[in-house]
Amino acid sequence: MNNWLAFWRRIAIDWALLIGLLGLCTIGLLLAYSAGAEALPAVKNQGLRVGLGLLLLVAVAQVPIAWLQRLAAPIYLLTLLLLLVVDAIGAIGHGAQRWLELGPLRFQPSELAKLAVPMMVARYLSDRPLPPTARDILVSGALALLPVLLIAVQPDLGTSLLVAAAGLSVLFLAGLSWRVIGLFTGLAAAAAPLMWLFGMHDYQRQRVLTLFDPQRDPLGTGYHIIQSTIAIGSGGFYGKGWLEGTQTRLQFLPESATDFVFAVFGEEFGLLGAIGLLLLYGFIIGRGMHIAAQASDGFGRLLGGGLVCTFFVYVVVNIGMVSGVLPVVGVPLPLVSYGGTSMVTLMLGFGMLMGIRAHRKLWPA
Amino acid sequence: MVRRQQTIKDPAAELRLFRRRAALLLVLMALAGGGLLVRLGFLQVVQHDRYATASRNNSIRAEVIAPARGVITDRNGTLLAENVSSYSLYLTPESVPDTAATLAGLGRLIDLRPADLERFASLRRTRPRFEALVLRRNLDDTEAARFAAHRHQFPGVELRGDLSRHYPLGSLTAHVVGYVGRVSEAELAQASAEQRATDSIGKTGVENFYDALLQGRVGYQQVEVDAHGRRLQVLDRTRAQPGTPLRLELDIDLQRAAQAALAQRPGAVVAIDPSSGHVLAMVSEPAFDPNLFVGGIGNADYRGLMDNPERPLTDRALRGLYPPGSTIKPLMGLAGLVSGVVTPDSHVWCPGWYTLGNSPHRYRCWQRHGHGRMELLRAVSQSCDVYFYDLALKLGIDRMHEQLGRFGLGARTGIDLPGEQAGVLPSQAWKRSARKAPWYPGETLIAGIGQGYNTATPLQLAYATALLASRGQTPTPRLVAPPLGLPPAAPGQSPQASPEQWQIIADAMHAVVSPGGTAFRALAGAPYSAAGKTGTAQVFKLSQRADDRGRTAPQHLQDHALFIAYAPLEAPRIALSVVVEHGGSGSGTAAPVARQVLDAWLARPGGT
Repeated sequence: MNNWLAFWRRIAIDWALLIGLLGLCTIGLLLAYSAGAEALPAVKNQGLRVGLGLLLLVAVAQVPIAWLQRLAAPIYLLTLLLLLVVDAIGAIGHGAQRWLELGPLRFQPSELAKLAVPMMVARYLSDRPLPPTARDILVSGALALLPVLLIAVQPDLGTSLLVAAAGLSVLFLAGLSWRVIGLFTGLAAAAAPLMWLFGMHDYQRQRVLTLFDPQRDPLGTGYHIIQSTIAIGSGGFYGKGWLEGTQTRLQFLPESATDFVFAVFGEEFGLLGAIGLLLLYGFIIGRGMHIAAQASDGFGRLLGGGLVCTFFVYVVVNIGMVSGVLPVVGVPLPLVSYGGTSMVTLMLGFGMLMGIRAHRKLWPA
Repeated sequence: MVRRQQTIKDPAAELRLFRRRAALLLVLMALAGGGLLVRLGFLQVVQHDRYATASRNNSIRAEVIAPARGVITDRNGTLLAENVSSYSLYLTPESVPDTAATLAGLGRLIDLRPADLERFASLRRTRPRFEALVLRRNLDDTEAARFAAHRHQFPGVELRGDLSRHYPLGSLTAHVVGYVGRVSEAELAQASAEQRATDSIGKTGVENFYDALLQGRVGYQQVEVDAHGRRLQVLDRTRAQPGTPLRLELDIDLQRAAQAALAQRPGAVVAIDPSSGHVLAMVSEPAFDPNLFVGGIGNADYRGLMDNPERPLTDRALRGLYPPGSTIKPLMGLAGLVSGVVTPDSHVWCPGWYTLGNSPHRYRCWQRHGHGRMELLRAVSQSCDVYFYDLALKLGIDRMHEQLGRFGLGARTGIDLPGEQAGVLPSQAWKRSARKAPWYPGETLIAGIGQGYNTATPLQLAYATALLASRGQTPTPRLVAPPLGLPPAAPGQSPQASPEQWQIIADAMHAVVSPGGTAFRALAGAPYSAAGKTGTAQVFKLSQRADDRGRTAPQHLQDHALFIAYAPLEAPRIALSVVVEHGGSGSGTAAPVARQVLDAWLARPGGT
């Protein structure tokens, strides 16, 4: 009995965070059942992924933060290498290439980048006095931008966005000066029209235009937006109830369980459910930021903060696109969407976060 | 870097900075979350009525469009497998008020087999309720008309035009091309979207081996439907991508000639191009009509095929195991030369029998009165057993295993077809593990004339012959050449012999079809020069030691007749093997079959 207690005291798990994550996974399973037209195999698959993810989370949480710091550079280099390989294969195959096939495993290096970039940038900046000098900003900006570009050419807009957010948020948390932020915001604003004219694929322009007027392309890119807003809107305040949102299930067969799962949620659980879901996300983000702020060293602090910000961007971009206020990019609703790739990355990230909390030094910072 | 850190880094200030920034971010995040809630509130509260109405009026569903399966042709473009349109009955569970009653009602109009109902039940468990699920395929005209007349009684049930597989040449290509059948309930869980959509999966032959290529990709369409599930209009369509057409290296005229030559006797013919490994013909007789299997074969038909004593469902070319008999003698001869245990001039006296050591047992030659003085060339052309008993003894079983193994015996060739048999090429180790018994010297003798434990498929024999023809250069047999097919794996451990040694064996096989050879009559007058070897495969073992050739066996246990050949001698363009079950002698039955096939390839007008 004593041993048992001692074990649970020694194992690095943040119970508050874990309960929040389990809440999300449960919602994901309920929606997998509903969106999959009450098919149990989908729920079973998702359940297996959740189980595997939790195992990984607990395992990573036990890794001392100093190890992560030492591993940051090798993991980052490996990620760059894999991204180059994937881009090369994609170029040969004349098309989008995001996976590496390792026997039965299908592996997406861009997922690894979501962890490797905040690790590397945090590692680089934590060695230096903060706020960062102009040179530090340039170097860490380049460290983040390199994988972002490699992912953007795959092309995978959603993922490159998340990786960029991870790198920039670490830089921001490290104390990027407001003057620099202002400068780059100004530059971005100036560059936007140029991007629009020269830097975007035609389908990307279409998506942005469609956002402002879904009716201009009701059968193409606008179709999902129209249908998902109808589904969400028809849910009303209380929602139609679990398994009652037949409308959603009738409409988009291919994506109702994955990127557009929030439409099912909005239809079946209404605004009340959405408030609850956002509060749950808010709780996890707040708890995560608290853990980061309590970290005893700069690396853990910056890494934790970066991971939390990435998670936040997931939520906002996904719900924003499904409810029709952001362009459609392929970003899943974290821990809720059906699918395994992002589940593993997210769980690894939260494992690191728990590790940061567990391995902080015992005196108050 | 270290220097700067020591002098300037200020942990307390950095922590304060981080916390300020983190707090700021949390405020921004809360604002963004609030913004999302405002948007959702706008949709779900302010505009709720509008969207609720839209939701009620708007009923759009996604339908799967099945891809057309890739057609299969022979090397000249003759269709071996095509798609023809047919009627299928679909049922959409969501639109059917009472499924049990509907099924019962339909059962009175059209023939619904238990298999149909089982499959439907299984689809219903795994597929969305709004998807139209196939209930019955390949309705005949009467059934289609009968359903059309009663259509109004069955809301949610519809008749759709579909493509179904058809094999225009029927039994001629049944074994090699194979057939598609319905995805069984057991396969359903693993089936791809394409297989579910078309409800068919390659079960055997090329159809099975290249199933993934032939399937194509499903398309989807968005269909607006009214409250009764009737289609109003198609809104959006992602076209299905048809499967890749597949061109076999098979030549259908040669295939037909080979089938005709077998003249409905059970047996097999395999012909290979020795330079490329391409399979030119692959016939197994008797065969069956693959079209019977396409829509799900009926019980009576299936029983008929299963109970047929001539086993038409067995692909003899790929899975039939026969003792290779004397057809391995050329291989034995080469093994003897390569190993240096015989020379072209070394000789053995054949009195009609052979004894081993002090044993009084006589191993007989097929020529009861003996061949007299035999050297390698005449031993092959006369098929003298005594010479090869002696050669086997000199080589020993393990060296035979090693050398004959280089010709692909005892292992799968790796052809692009499922279910190939490997046969047996015995060795001491093989017998120890497979039979849990030691090797006896007498068994070496029997193995030396291709009897005993030796078994091989007609495909293996044809491949070994191709290797003889190409002097070890033939790549793995292939029905489909790259880029669609597998790359031609080079012969792994191909036989190594000097040009002179290859020439000796070629001369010996040429002597087989020359005056005085065992197959002279069958090949006489051919407008090309050929090389061959007869064989007789013992069917019935009279004793465990297999020391009697069993000539007294009843008719249905008569020996199998074998023949291998290639031609033209100088630059071989075809190598083949022929097996005629219970055909008696290789020279009398199998060699004439080979002659017809060789003629069809080499002596036809224009020639290939």
